[in-house]
Amino acid sequence: MKQQHAREVIRAKGLSKTYREGMTELRALQGVDLQVRPGEMTLLMGPSGSGKTTLLSILGCILRASDGKLEILGEDVGAMPESELPRIRREAIGFVFQGFNLFPTLTAAENVALALDLRGVRGAPAEKRGEELLAEVGLTEKARSFPADLSGGQKQRVAIARALAGDPPILLADEPTAALDSTSGRTVIELLRRLAHEHGRAVVMVTHDPRVLPFGDRIIHLEDGRILREERNLANGLMESEFVDASAGLARVSHEISI
Amino acid sequence: MGLLARRNLFHDKVRFAVTLTGIVFALVLIIVQFGLFLGFTTTTSNNIDHSNADLWIVFRGVAYFDTGRNFSEQKLYRVLATPGVERAEKYMQSFGRWKRPDGRVESVQVIGFHPGSGLGEPWNIVQGNTADLKQEDSVLVDELYREKLGVQKVGDRVEIGDHRARVAGFTRGIRSFTTSPFVYATFNSSLDYTNPTSSEDSTAYILVKAKPGVSPKDLQEKLRARLTDVDVYTTGEFSRKTRFYWMFTTGAGLAVLTAALKGLIVGVAVVAQTIYAATMDHIREYGTLKAMGATNRYLYRVLIEQAVWSAVLGYALAMVVAHFIVEGSAKGGAVILMPWSMSAGMLVLAVVMCITAALVSINKVTKIDPAMVFRG
Repeated sequence: MKQQHAREVIRAKGLSKTYREGMTELRALQGVDLQVRPGEMTLLMGPSGSGKTTLLSILGCILRASDGKLEILGEDVGAMPESELPRIRREAIGFVFQGFNLFPTLTAAENVALALDLRGVRGAPAEKRGEELLAEVGLTEKARSFPADLSGGQKQRVAIARALAGDPPILLADEPTAALDSTSGRTVIELLRRLAHEHGRAVVMVTHDPRVLPFGDRIIHLEDGRILREERNLANGLMESEFVDASAGLARVSHEISI
Repeated sequence: MGLLARRNLFHDKVRFAVTLTGIVFALVLIIVQFGLFLGFTTTTSNNIDHSNADLWIVFRGVAYFDTGRNFSEQKLYRVLATPGVERAEKYMQSFGRWKRPDGRVESVQVIGFHPGSGLGEPWNIVQGNTADLKQEDSVLVDELYREKLGVQKVGDRVEIGDHRARVAGFTRGIRSFTTSPFVYATFNSSLDYTNPTSSEDSTAYILVKAKPGVSPKDLQEKLRARLTDVDVYTTGEFSRKTRFYWMFTTGAGLAVLTAALKGLIVGVAVVAQTIYAATMDHIREYGTLKAMGATNRYLYRVLIEQAVWSAVLGYALAMVVAHFIVEGSAKGGAVILMPWSMSAGMLVLAVVMCITAALVSINKVTKIDPAMVFRG
């Protein structure tokens, strides 16, 4: 069920990130404002070095912003001690990685069980929940397979099942289709969109893949660490663009897209 | 987490074999080097430690066992007259020339004692006994030196210092640190073998047994007050003095000690490198685990469990290998000792080394590098 008007699960205001190496400073993010609602699939797009992964890392609470404010499920992450961040990641966020990042020594079921183990779910309840999650991504029959025996698409679906272990309201995906062929990529994207639209999760995805564009509810274009423009797919097949770059002024245009 | 720890170790059998090989190599190296060091130090003071004496009286200034110097046996009577002394016996140590049946000559250390006295007697006698030495010209030698001394069985005849001698029995495992094997004989025979011109009223050492309830330390003080031109040591003191001499005054001792320390350093480095490499092989997975919400405590437990598994299995295999080496050394030129305390110490060392090495890499594990987890 779409929840367009539900409360934002991510609220970012003025996020900046500066990397320092010796005398050199790299401003990876510069004053990014972003709100993410449940039930939406948000795509982060932009050229290499535009700050997409840095933004995803900050939203995922594995990197601290140099400046700005970030709230996850209403909790001020910036004010939290480092030791609190794993709890937020466990309770609020599921990660899907470009390289799958499955544990190669564990079977598909064990990979999911490990994510449950992190949350203190073990034994029979973990086994039952693991089966449910693998069924949700259509991989029941591959439960005992090791990652090396799975195709790229299957690996990514196991990774998604693992990301869902804690039933997180937020899914962060880093180029989940980059290593997949078009068929597998489409399966994975449809799965992620279903998780957003039918299960009310907020999905934020970094992507370079133009084939993914029609599936995003919002497309945020980043460049040089700033949000250049934001597009929204309208229900009637049109896409509305909003230029938010200060120098460009604010402009809205609509154009047709095809899904 | 136990499953992940075990799978990370056992899933790739070749990698696990390499890890175990590194640990086993390191532990065996340490065991052999320290076992040699222990064997060496024990060998130098073997006769003192097995003497059953409480005190040793030696010519003033004698630095260690192998350079006994004769003094008058008159002192024996003063010792025997000292309150608190239960028994005291003369004891000889001197180098002699052993002429094999085939005519070749070897240097030996002749030990003269009084059979039946219970002081300064050889131990681990596997053929014959000390009573057999009462037969004229009889000696006991160690079976390790059969070949060197050119004798094979009881009854074989040789010459020591141009005196006839007959092998009356064999001991097992009594090594000499010098290249001269020990030859045990009665006190009087030992004089004939080593210095025919010396009179029977001299001795290289006097071994003293204190009466029950008498403190060797107190008796030592009394004897020091009564005797001149000699030093009075407790058995422990003379043993340490002898070991110290060989360890720190001769190059040989320092070489063995240095080798033992090098063995420890190399062993620790090998284990550290092995475990570090095994941990770093999975570094991206630990980063992922951390991104998934694992606490540092969770990661520590995974790493420590892996380290303990590696240590225990490596230790078990190392003990098997070390056992064969130690057994083999008993028949070889240099003894390697592995007392139970060393075996237990090695287990502790293995666990500590493996955990420490794993924890060295934990800094990299507990700090997630987004580039590490996000890029394929």
